[in-house]
Amino acid sequence: MATAADGRLLGARSANTSSFSRARSSPSAVLPSPPNPGVKVGPNGATFVSSGIPDLDRILGGGFLLGSLVMVMEDADAPHHLLLLRNFMSQGVVHRQPVLFASPLKDPRAFLGTLPSPVSLSKEHRQRDTLVDHNQQDQEKGLRIAWQYKKYFGDQQSSQIHNRDVKQEFSNDFDLRKALERQHVQYIESMSIQDIPRLTILRDRCSNFLSGLPRSDGGNLSAGRIAIQSLCAPQCGYAEMDWDLVAFIRFLRSIIRSSNVVAVVTFPTSFLSPAFLKRWQHLADTLLSVRAIPGMFKCFAFLMRSIVWITWSYFQLFPFCTSDEDKDMAKLLTGYQDMLGLLHVHKVAHNNSQVPTVLEASTFSLKLQKRRSLVLERLNQAPVEASSGTSYSTSGTCSGPSKGSSLDF
Amino acid sequence: MNPSPPPPPPRDPDLLEEALGLGRGGSPPWRLAFVEDCVETSGAFVLHHFLKRALSTEGDGTVVFLGLAQPFSHYDRVLRKMGCNLSVQRNKNKLHFIDLLNLEFLDEKGENDREIGFMDLYNRILRSIEAIRSKDNNGGWTTIIIDDLSHLEIAAHGSVKHVLDFLQYCRSLTSEMDCFLVILNHEDIHSSDEALQMLSHLDYISDILIKAETLSTGIAADVHGQMTVVIKDAPGGLIKKLHSFQFKVKENGVEFFYPGSRF
Repeated sequence: MATAADGRLLGARSANTSSFSRARSSPSAVLPSPPNPGVKVGPNGATFVSSGIPDLDRILGGGFLLGSLVMVMEDADAPHHLLLLRNFMSQGVVHRQPVLFASPLKDPRAFLGTLPSPVSLSKEHRQRDTLVDHNQQDQEKGLRIAWQYKKYFGDQQSSQIHNRDVKQEFSNDFDLRKALERQHVQYIESMSIQDIPRLTILRDRCSNFLSGLPRSDGGNLSAGRIAIQSLCAPQCGYAEMDWDLVAFIRFLRSIIRSSNVVAVVTFPTSFLSPAFLKRWQHLADTLLSVRAIPGMFKCFAFLMRSIVWITWSYFQLFPFCTSDEDKDMAKLLTGYQDMLGLLHVHKVAHNNSQVPTVLEASTFSLKLQKRRSLVLERLNQAPVEASSGTSYSTSGTCSGPSKGSSLDF
Repeated sequence: MNPSPPPPPPRDPDLLEEALGLGRGGSPPWRLAFVEDCVETSGAFVLHHFLKRALSTEGDGTVVFLGLAQPFSHYDRVLRKMGCNLSVQRNKNKLHFIDLLNLEFLDEKGENDREIGFMDLYNRILRSIEAIRSKDNNGGWTTIIIDDLSHLEIAAHGSVKHVLDFLQYCRSLTSEMDCFLVILNHEDIHSSDEALQMLSHLDYISDILIKAETLSTGIAADVHGQMTVVIKDAPGGLIKKLHSFQFKVKENGVEFFYPGSRF
């Protein structure tokens, strides 16, 4: 009686009286292999997006959890948080995820010009890149200046980061020497948070961004990204607004909790009082901090003064930073000369679980691999202090083959 | 028809329950407990523990839960792994979950909004307790759990006066309506000089302090931290008893043990 059964099914669907619902139409069904490579489904119904740094995704147990708030504590001596932000936004561009970028710069789009491009796979693609660049410079193929996001979606033009040449995988390696083309960056929403009179403007912008997100991208899980740079920096003008700022963070956390957005907020810790710093840290679901390497920051402070795109050839200068501290550090950590800075993981978001995530190692060195992509490597940390996060008591190394000498501080 | 199987024997109280005097049934000897934690070690698991215990089938306890930090789905999932179904309990009127994730007392109009806001919140709690009591749940006691206090402070825009007034009102509920109050607070926020005032007030009104902190030797996979339970003989009075032990948080519960007794 197959036909009768079918008729019943069809009847049920149209009359909506039966409780039977086909698995395909149920929104909570887990797709066997989601065609959207940008979102990964994990255990406990957790959904991840990539941070843009494959090593960081691995360390955090999958990536950035959708619906969580990631906070990055900046170091006044070195702008490594910008590396995290750049990779985060570029990954969103590669996966066609809407990005909202708020920055204390007067013109945030200047920063968007520094987003790295994903690593091309082969030489012929690199050749193809230059050809396409040339064409686009001619502005022949009807590339409009004012890109609408939906319009970009429907664009069938070959954009080399979205066709098969760059592997559509969850987490891309980004070439920090090569900038993402203007056309891809056009649809990132950006706003300046410098001297805005009230934080409600930022709040409204975030709410609008969230409500404007497509709920699902044709049946696949979709995601959105919010990146806020240097939230309490002095140029924002929030001097007397401590409580407004922390209320904003609480608001942001509450609106993204039940959404498919991850927010990354970086902030300079020196402009917060100790009590407020703790409040901000408690509100974060994932808490990271970036540090300059002691002894190297003198070179850094000189080099990193501007926010303009910096070519990595500057790092050729490192062998010339031969202060005594550098020599000591070079003895203790192999590959010291290649290290940009340190990343410390204080807290990791866990999805619907009360079990804290205990990492084997929580301090990592930021390095450039092949002078272009960002990698994180473990350091051995001397177990002398509680988890206050001071990473200066590093000893020995476990990066690379076991030729490192392990000296204790 | 087979008779229903005998109820499982009550399990032995764990170290925390013993310290709190919850082991052998009867009402605990305290009314207001503060759970303190820090960034490195979250104390939310203690609230989950209380929640599960209050809603367990052994007692007839009921709970009014103020969820300021997480949505209901979070607690539902966490407690489900611990063997307690919050949705069912909510339907049975044993749990009143007040969702305050978006709580804000909008400040633009002026200070009065905070007073009105807190009054509304207090009335909501009162109504929840009355609603719970009006049904057949008159055997056990009601526990009010607040997760957590720092969110209330943010909603109050830093007004210590309003938050403390609210806490005093809630404390009065404990004697009037015969219920218990468990509040999670982040101790490291208040330990700096500017915020010590709040901490001393909280210390004054509490009967019991449950403190979760990291081990002095650092993070470990087997032992997630140490717990100190401070029992006072009177609110704001001298310390009567001090318990100290360690804990490991698991998906289905928490293990408490004395230092060195686990290997």
